Amino acid sequence: MRRTQFFGYNVTTPMPSRSLDEITAEILDLAARQFRVPRAELSAGDDFFKKLGIDSLQALDLLTRLEQHFHIELPDYELQGVSDFRTLAERIQARVE
Amino acid sequence: MPWLAPLQIPTMLDLRQYESLGAALGDALDRFAGEVCLIEADRDRENHRLTYRQFREQALPVAAALERRGFGAGNRAAILMSNQSKWLVSAYAALYRGGVVVPLDYKLTAPEQAELLRHSRAEALFIEYPIWRALHQGSGFAGVEPGAIFVTEAPPGADLGGARRWEDSPAGVEAHFVARRRQDWAGIVYSSGTGGRPKGCILTHENYLEQCRSLTDWYPFRPGVRYLSILPTNHAIDFMVGFIGPFVCGATVVHLRTLRPEYIRDAFPRYRITYASVVPLLLKNVERSLRARFAELPPARRRMLDFLIGLNRALTQGRPRPRLSRLLLPQIHRSFGGHLLALIVGGAFTEPATLQFFYDLGIPVANGYGLTEASTAITVNDLRPFRADTVGKPLPGVEIRIADPEPGGIGEVMARGKTVMAGYLDDPELTAETIVDGWLRTGDLGWLDPQGHLHLVGRKKNMIVTEGGKNVYPEDIERAFEDLPAKEFCVFAANYLWPRHELGGETLVIIVRPEPGAANLDGLRKEIADRNRRLADFKRVSGVLAWEPEFPRTASLKIKRPELARQIAQRAGRDAVIAL
Repeated sequence: MRRTQFFGYNVTTPMPSRSLDEITAEILDLAARQFRVPRAELSAGDDFFKKLGIDSLQALDLLTRLEQHFHIELPDYELQGVSDFRTLAERIQARVE
Repeated sequence: MPWLAPLQIPTMLDLRQYESLGAALGDALDRFAGEVCLIEADRDRENHRLTYRQFREQALPVAAALERRGFGAGNRAAILMSNQSKWLVSAYAALYRGGVVVPLDYKLTAPEQAELLRHSRAEALFIEYPIWRALHQGSGFAGVEPGAIFVTEAPPGADLGGARRWEDSPAGVEAHFVARRRQDWAGIVYSSGTGGRPKGCILTHENYLEQCRSLTDWYPFRPGVRYLSILPTNHAIDFMVGFIGPFVCGATVVHLRTLRPEYIRDAFPRYRITYASVVPLLLKNVERSLRARFAELPPARRRMLDFLIGLNRALTQGRPRPRLSRLLLPQIHRSFGGHLLALIVGGAFTEPATLQFFYDLGIPVANGYGLTEASTAITVNDLRPFRADTVGKPLPGVEIRIADPEPGGIGEVMARGKTVMAGYLDDPELTAETIVDGWLRTGDLGWLDPQGHLHLVGRKKNMIVTEGGKNVYPEDIERAFEDLPAKEFCVFAANYLWPRHELGGETLVIIVRPEPGAANLDGLRKEIADRNRRLADFKRVSGVLAWEPEFPRTASLKIKRPELARQIAQRAGRDAVIAL
C-alpha cells in the first residue's frame, strides 16, 4: 500500500503488485544510478558491497533510497546478514505486500 | 538574598565509596530522579523519554521476575538487542540482582550468537524479537530455559515457545537488591567473538568503577549533557560512555532505533547532542561530505572559510574553546546541533589528518586507545593540548610500559592497573599468556614520547582491525577455506608477515601450497575467490601467496605460525602477493 497526503488526510492506495524479478530489477537500476556503476555489470546474485564498492554506511544510504522508492519502511535488522541483491529484494517484497 | 541562592545541580557520584555497579547505579537513580536519563527515537519520531525515576520503575519488575526464577549473585544474564532503553533497563535489573551482564553483539549471525551463549553459560537472556526469531528457527538458545528468556517487542499473538514477554514483568512484586563486592564479576565481554576460541573478558565491579572514575575525571558529564549512543552497547566503549558514565553523572543518553546517516545527522540538532562516540569509518564519511560541501563554495567564500578555520586552529592550540569556535564557524556548528563538545573515537586506528580536520573546525575528536581486556580505555587524549599524532596519555590509575624496546624505543605496549580484567572466561592458558605479573600484554607495538603520549605503530598480534572497529583473527577466517583443493593453507595478517610501522589499511593474506602438479594458479585463485565471497566483506582475504615448502608444524600438527611467518618474510615480500 502506498501512503500519501491528500488535502491533509492520509490516504492509502494499493500499489501494483510486483514479482520478485521486477523488484530486483528496480533495485539494480536504482543502485547503479546511486553509485554510478554501469547497470549491465550488476546482477541479482551479486554481492552489493563488492559490486558497488560501498561500505556498510553507504549500504544504509541505499536502504533509505529503496524505502523512498518502494514507499515502505525497512527496519535496520532486515539488512542483517544480507549482502546480495536478490535477498534484499525478497525482504522488500515481503514489506510491499 | 536567599532567593538568589545558586541553582543546586546534583554532582556526580563519588565512585570510591561504592562496592558495585548495582549500588552506584541505584544511588544515581535516586540522586537524579527527576532528570531525563534516556531518550529513544526512531527515524524522525521520538518513542519515549524516561527519567531516572521512571527507569527504576521499569527495571524493578524485571529484577523481580529474575528473582522469581532464582536468579541471583553471580548468575549470568546475556543481552542480545540493538541499542535501546530496554538494553540498559535489563542490564540494571541483572546487576540489581547481583548478576553478571553478558553483552552480546546483535550483528553476529545466529550460529555465532548461539556459540557465545553456550560458551558464557548464561542463565537468563534478554533479547529482541527479530533476533529471538532467527535464533529460535536456527541454532537455539544453548540451555537457557524458555522461562528465563525475556523477549522485547514481540508482536501481539506471537507464539514465543515458552519464552516470556519482557513487557509483562509484573509490577508490584518486590525485588531484593543483592550486594556485591568490588572483586566480584560484573560483566563478561567478548572480544573477537567470531567463533573459534571465544575470548570472554571477565570484568569486575572494580574494573568498571575505576574505569568510570578515570574517564569522568577527564571528560566529566553532568545533568543536561546529552550523549548520542551509536556504537552498540555490547561494545566496551558504549557500555561505559553510553551507560555507566552518563548515569553516575545524571546525564542523558539518546538512542536511535534506525541508524541511517540522515537520522544520525538530524539527531545532533534535534537533541542538542553534547558528545557522541563514533568509529573511524563514520568519521571519515562525515569528513568526506564536509570537504565536498567546502569544495562547492564560491572561491571568495571558500577563502573566508579557510581563513576562519585557520584562525580557529591558531586560537585553540592550547585547548578547545567551544564558544569561540561556534562564533567563528556558526554554520558548521549549527549542522552539528550547536551543543557538541567533542566526538569520541575508538575501536580502530584513526588517521591524524582526520582528527586534525575536525579539531580545526572546533569539533575535538577525543582519540583513545584501549582493549576490552582493560575495560575500556588505556590512553585518551586530554586535549590539553590536542595531539593528532598520538593516542593520548595513560588515564589516571593506568601504568604503561614498553616491553623490550628496540633502539628506537618501539616495543610491545604493556598496561597495569585496576582496570585490567580478571582474566578470560574458562581459559587459564590464554589468561596466563596475556596477563604476566599483573601486566597486560596488549599485542600492540608503540613508543612513549617525552610528554608521556603513546604512539602506536603496529600490531604484534596476528590480527587486523577494520575501520569499523571489528577484530578479525586469521585463524577464524581459515574455517571458510576448509575444503580448498590445496595441500596446505594458512591465513595471516599482512602486517604480521611484513611489519610496517604504520596502522590502517590492514589486510589478510592467504598462503597456499598448491597440490603437486597443479596446472596453474588461476584455478586455485578462483576457488579462493569463491569461498572469499561467502565471507562478510570485512573478513575477506585480499591476496594469495603461493608457497612451496611444507608448513612447520608442532607434534600435534598445529601450524607453527610465528615460524612460518618468519620463513615467508625471509623469502618473499608483499609484492609476491597476487591480489584477489
